[in-house]
Order: sequence, then C-alpha cells, then structure tokens
Amino acid sequence: MKKGYFGPYGGRFVPETLMPALMELEVAWAASTRDKAFRQEFNQLARDFIGRPTPLYFARRLSQEFGGAKIYLKREDLTHTGAHKINNALGQALLAKKMGKGRLIAETGAGQHGVATATGAALLGLDCVIYMGSEDARRQALNVFRMKLLGAEVREVSAGSRTLKDAINEALRDWTTNVRNTHYVLGTVFGPHPFPSMVRDFQSVIGKEARAQILKAEGRLPGHLVACVGGGSNAMGLFSAFLKDKDVLMTGVEAGGKGIESGEHAARFAGGQIGVFQGAKSYLLQDEVGNILGTHSVSAGLDYASVGPEHAFLKEEGRVRYTYATDDEALESFGLLSRLEGIIPALESSHAIAEARKIAPAMPKDSIMIVNLSGRGDKDVQEVARIMGPGFPGNEKEQTRKDRPL
Amino acid sequence: MSSGRLEKRFSLLKKEGRKAFIPYIMCGDPTLEKTEHMISLLEECGADAIELGVPFSDPLADGPVIQAAGQRALDAGVNLRVSMEFVKKIRTKTEVPLILMTYYNPVFRYGEDAFAADAPAAGVDGVIIPDLPVEEGESFAGNAGRHGLDVIFLAAPTSGDERLKKVARASSGFIYFVSITGITGAKLAISDELGASVSKLKAVSARKRKQKPVMVGFGIRTPEEAGMVSSMADGVVIGSAIVKAASEMEEAELKEYLLALRAAIK
Repeated sequence: MKKGYFGPYGGRFVPETLMPALMELEVAWAASTRDKAFRQEFNQLARDFIGRPTPLYFARRLSQEFGGAKIYLKREDLTHTGAHKINNALGQALLAKKMGKGRLIAETGAGQHGVATATGAALLGLDCVIYMGSEDARRQALNVFRMKLLGAEVREVSAGSRTLKDAINEALRDWTTNVRNTHYVLGTVFGPHPFPSMVRDFQSVIGKEARAQILKAEGRLPGHLVACVGGGSNAMGLFSAFLKDKDVLMTGVEAGGKGIESGEHAARFAGGQIGVFQGAKSYLLQDEVGNILGTHSVSAGLDYASVGPEHAFLKEEGRVRYTYATDDEALESFGLLSRLEGIIPALESSHAIAEARKIAPAMPKDSIMIVNLSGRGDKDVQEVARIMGPGFPGNEKEQTRKDRPL
Repeated sequence: MSSGRLEKRFSLLKKEGRKAFIPYIMCGDPTLEKTEHMISLLEECGADAIELGVPFSDPLADGPVIQAAGQRALDAGVNLRVSMEFVKKIRTKTEVPLILMTYYNPVFRYGEDAFAADAPAAGVDGVIIPDLPVEEGESFAGNAGRHGLDVIFLAAPTSGDERLKKVARASSGFIYFVSITGITGAKLAISDELGASVSKLKAVSARKRKQKPVMVGFGIRTPEEAGMVSSMADGVVIGSAIVKAASEMEEAELKEYLLALRAAIK
C-alpha cells in the first residue's frame, strides 16, 4: 500500500507550505511510539487525568427493552471533559510540546474536540486557538464558554455553511500562516497523512480496553460493534482492536439528518462519491462539478461532508457495514437512554444507540453487542430542549409511560 | 502538442531582458463578460500571462479577497467546466497565455485524464493546483505534459532544499514560489531569505544551461513591492490586490494601477 494510503483512500492533499510540517509530524509521531518516556507520560495522564480505563457497562434495562442482544456501553462519556476526543487531543498536545511548538490550534464541531484541546493546552501550558463554525457555536454554546474558561481563544467562522468544514478551512489557513510555531490538533481520523493513522492510534485505547473488558466479563468476544461516524475517530478507536476478529461484525452509523431523499444529511457512504477534500481522498458529499455540498445533522459532531479514509477502505473491503440514523431516530434514542439507564448521551452517540435499537432485537439473547458511547449529552440538553419544544421531556408520545414499568 | 504560448513568451522576455507580469483574476467575478473585458484590459496593460482562478466552494489556500471573489463567481454559476468553455471562446480573440488556478477536487471529479486532454484542447496553457503537492501530482503532471498542458507546482518558504529540488523538477512552464508562509493576499515581508530561496530554485532547476523561470506570488500589492520582488525573480504574480482593485476602482484608475505595476516589474 502507498504510504499514507488505505487502499486508494487517504494521501496528503495540502498546500506545499504544510508538507514539511506533516513530514516533521510523521517523524515525531513515529519516534514517540518508540519513546518509552513519552508513552509512560501519556499512559499516566490517561489514567490520572483522563480517568482511564473507562468502564464497559452492561445496560440491563436497555437490553431488556430491545429484547435481543446483551448491550454493553463503552463509557467514553465518563472521560474527563466528557468525550473520547480527549484521548487524541492530549496525545497530540504532548507531541506538540515535544516538538517545541508553543501554540495549538484546532477545529471543533460539537465543541468536544475544542474543549479537549483547550484542556490539553491548559494542562501543558500552551497557547490555544479554536475555530468553530458560527452555527455550531450557537447550538453548542455551553462548550464555547468551557473553551474560553480553559483559557482558549474561540474564533467563530461565518463562511460557507458555518459548520465543521468551514472551521477546518480556517484552521488550515491559520496553520499555513503560523506553521513554524503551531501544531494543528486535528480532531478526527481525517485530513492529510499522518493524521488518520495517528488519531486512530491515540483512540485505539478504546478498543483495546473494550476487548479486554468484554473477555473478562463474558469470556468471549462480542458479536457486533456499533459506533457513530462523523470523521470517524471513536469508531476507528473501537473497531481497530477487533479488525482481525473475523466473527465480530461492525456497523458505523452516519448522520441521516432529515433523510437521504431530503438532501439534508451527512451520510457520505449513502449519498456521496469519491473525492478529495481537506487533505484526503475519501467519500465526499459533492455536486457534479466537485464543489462540496452543505450537510445537515442535528448533531454538530457528525455534520461533515467527508469521512475518514480508513473507513472508506473498510467499507470497500466489506469489513465494516455503514448505515445511518436520522435526526428523529437519534433524538428518540437520546431520550430513551436517559430514561432507561440514567445516562444522557451525546447526540452523536445517540445515532449509535438508534442503530442498536434497529439490529439488537433480531439478535439472539445470549449474543453481545458493544455500543461506543462516545460522549455525554450535557452539551446537547439546551439544543434538544429548543428542538423538542417547551413540553419536553414528557411529550414524547405513548413511549414514555410504556417504558417506565421496566 | 503544447501550444508553446508560455514558452514563447518566456523566451521573448529573456531575449528582451524583461520580467514577467502575471496578474490573477477570478473567472466569472462577478460575470464572465467582466472577466472577458478584464483579460483584454490586462493584456493591454502589458500582462505576459493571465492566471484565471476557478471558483471552489472551499478555497483553503485563499485569503478573504479571493474567497469573496470566488463566492461571486460561484453565484454566477461558474465552475471548472464553465471556465474551460470560457477559455475556448476567448481563444479566438487572444493569444495571451492562460493558466487555470483550481483546487484539486474539481479536477478529480472531471477526471484527471479527461482534464489533461480537454484543457489544452480548449486553449488552456497551464494549471496551478494549490492543494496538489508534488507527491500526489507527479503522474497527473506526466500525463498533462504529454497533452501539452503545463503543470506548475508551488514551492514555499518552508520547503527545504530537497523539496525545492523536487518541485523544480516536477514543474513545467515555470516554478511558482510562494513569497510568504501564508494564504493569498496576506501581508508581504520581503527578506533576504526570499532572494536566497529564489536563487536556489533557479540553480536546481537549471538543466543544460536552461533554467525554468521562477515566478513569485502571494501578498504583492504595490508597484514598489512588485519592483523589489521582480528584481529577485523572473517575474511576479499579483492576485488579491488586482482582484480587489478590479472590484472597487473605476476603469481609468484601475488602468493606471495596472500600468504602474507593469512599469515597476523589471
């Protein structure tokens, strides 16, 4: 396979100005994996600062409700800052410090990666600027405040669709300008090489832990893994440890928005074609002349026009199945998990729950499913209240009462 | 076969001991009629070649001026295909070398091979793709070369000696040196480093006593800056400043500005 590629996907499509920085990063990252002291420092922070390992929790009431497979939740929502994003952000912040870069920049959609990067910067004493689409800043206002509280500067981007892709454009422009003293903490398994591989490796702790935990709890591997896919880092983090286990099925869940036919979605595999965007070749929502299409999802973290190149490869190989959940399905699951398990999930993770709800009932009762609960939903509460109206919770049809006796 | 327009122009400049003036405008900003008019005005004011920007939804190497121009052109319905048709149409009226500047995805979507054949057939002389570094673009450049389409790669202040060499070898038509670590239209800082990098590029591109011309662009605004930069290179590319001037100035003032730039480039 060509370096930096997963089959035909991936690569390094960036302006020349950034090429030397990407090569420097590639070398520093490779060196860090061999550097015992670096790994020790990272592992210690993972334990004492992030709070790893995160639990693998058997969701009894949710499993009963679905009536099929035993559902386990990988509790990335319990990490410090509330989502899996911290695993990668802290790793890259540490790497940046080793490389002598005193300034971190990052893009953020839902704000979780921005908060995680701002946290890493605060911990290590680095300057931090976060780019965020103004539409995302509106719907994730709580996270904007958190980032500022952590000492980061938040720059709202009002170009284009005012969401994640526009924040990445602006972050790339900043990096092009300040590349000599700045590290770009890309938040997902996307962008130019080495980001897709490096971010996957920083997130692979999710799958490694989950694999050991399920073997300990059940003495066998799960039948099915489910994770939501925006750029796809929480999914790669979980899937990567099981790729060689041929009997473990995997499903990645994209944002179906208002439905594929509506055109308002972020389901790249269902509605896109191969293209090159923001550094990588992958599936892409684009028009017939190659301009990038606007996307829509109720969840800011999945609202992106392309998807990690390794996911494109895993789809092509047939190793992972990709599907989508709509806004409505995600919102229903958001409420469902809250009521049944006392866990308010992020809207992103709610897409994975929505898919579990579709496939778990048909699975045998002794089968096991692991759903990656990539983040917690505190950040979404206000936006969900706005969408569902003043009567919510309590106005979601007959479902509420039926669920209670469980 | 190559039209040879660019090559012919550069050998003429060399013979006359002059430097190249390459303005950049956005195709279809705000209409194709205006672009056509701008091309004849630029030619009249002594442009040696014209860089024609193709609007793209996500221009990550561009600053605010060209982003805004791109949006106006997108609103006018312009894209890569339309830009190529436009070149074909105006080719009947002008022989000025025309270079398309487009992001990679539209080319990928069009089909690299089809583009390599269709662009020169339409009268396009060269293409600059800012998000296509040498490593990803070598096979495309080879293919384009066989159809007579020059592929101009960018070299940057951050490129080390090895990369300068790579870029110099892979580029055809000319080599484009990005004057600053930044995006289009950012503030220019003329340093000794700039002159040194350009000399290095000239040296590594030389083969059999023939050297590929080195153009410098990004951030050049005033005739004074154009003069200083051109004294170090074989010519200059001026984009944001001209795009801005074209959208704000009256024709007479614009003409005066363009002529002043032309006069300063020596």
